[in-house]
Amino acid sequence: MSGQRVRFAGAAGALIARDLRLALRRSGDTLQPLGFFVVVTALFPLALDPQLSLLRDIAPAALWVGALLSSLLALDLLFREDAQDGALEQLALCGLPFQGLLLAKTAVHWLLTGLPLVLIAPLAATALGAPYEAIPGILAALLLGTIALSLIGAVGAGLTMSLKRNGSLLALLVLPLAVPVLIFGARATALAIAGEPLAAPLYLLAAITVLSATLAPWALAAAVRIGLE
Amino acid sequence: MDELTADNLQLWRGEQHVLRGICLAVAGGQCLQVTGANGAGKTTLLRALCGLVPLEHGRDIVDDPATFHGELNYLGHDNGLKADLTAAENLRYAAALRRRVQARDIAAALARTGVAEAAGQLLRRLSAGQRRRVALARLALTGGALWVLDEPGSNLDERGQALLVELIDGHLRSGGAAVVATHRTLDLPAAQLQSLTLQ
Repeated sequence: MSGQRVRFAGAAGALIARDLRLALRRSGDTLQPLGFFVVVTALFPLALDPQLSLLRDIAPAALWVGALLSSLLALDLLFREDAQDGALEQLALCGLPFQGLLLAKTAVHWLLTGLPLVLIAPLAATALGAPYEAIPGILAALLLGTIALSLIGAVGAGLTMSLKRNGSLLALLVLPLAVPVLIFGARATALAIAGEPLAAPLYLLAAITVLSATLAPWALAAAVRIGLE
Repeated sequence: MDELTADNLQLWRGEQHVLRGICLAVAGGQCLQVTGANGAGKTTLLRALCGLVPLEHGRDIVDDPATFHGELNYLGHDNGLKADLTAAENLRYAAALRRRVQARDIAAALARTGVAEAAGQLLRRLSAGQRRRVALARLALTGGALWVLDEPGSNLDERGQALLVELIDGHLRSGGAAVVATHRTLDLPAAQLQSLTLQ
């Protein structure tokens, strides 16, 4: 049994390394979501009156809508290419738990869209007038929220991977499911900026993340298997 | 490995009855050659045997993925190789999914299928036939008791076809089994070869 576990760890590691290497070779595509997030959050201060109070009011919405949309940008490609060149079939038939391997691919999506976004968030939040004391709270919320967004989004990407044109369908599938993440994430961010305790929305956000990490792999495997037929 | 058996396999695709009562049994050391006109359902049968297409009726041993899938090596129409990785990187990844191999095993597998010089080249720079040879190198490298090959000779030149038969022959000699969908008759000893023609 432990031999199987070691084999799975090796395979998942190789899969993550392969996808990161591919992402590195197409750095233009890879940087798009981050660039999108930076530009969207930077446009708000330009479009609004330069009043700090106004900026602080819209900062949570700007950060979270930006995060949601930039996570959606890279989603379309998550499984599509692997489905087209047969790599996904090889993955399904290698004898290792398919859910786990797809979860590893989802982890790559987070590493390439979620993590850079969390790292750049202090800058974006400051540009939107958030005080320095609010940064840790905002980072915690974004860290939890982007993980949930990647997991929810991956299920949508799995369902639509075999369709020829799925851009808007993917958004229609994923965005409603991501609404709870948006609500609690933005609430936590607003409380952090106001300097109030933000434990309650943060806990709910963590609950959503744990729930999606528990359920998404199975939904994802089922969706991808349908797409492979 | 055990025998791969299927009894009265049925498969519908919407209104279309694709597989009608297919029976087959392939033991270790044997190769089942599946022939049939275009659209006869060869690919569907192979994918059904792999468990990629769910079956509505019929019994086979494929329904136990835990014991069987690790021993299954499938090569479909698509090679399952990444265009933006080199041949060696592709093989290293494929091997990591199954078992530990040394760098020299990878080089040896590529040399065996005649694409040694492609090891450091991106797959997208190779021709379709060379890419097929890299996929065959993966097959030789990762092994497995049951090979399921869908038109493995597509895009291959005459020497490539001979190499393919040689690979399958070596696999059968070591006790493995193979199911091969093909338009060309495989040049294997009659004792090892079974034939199934789909209508």
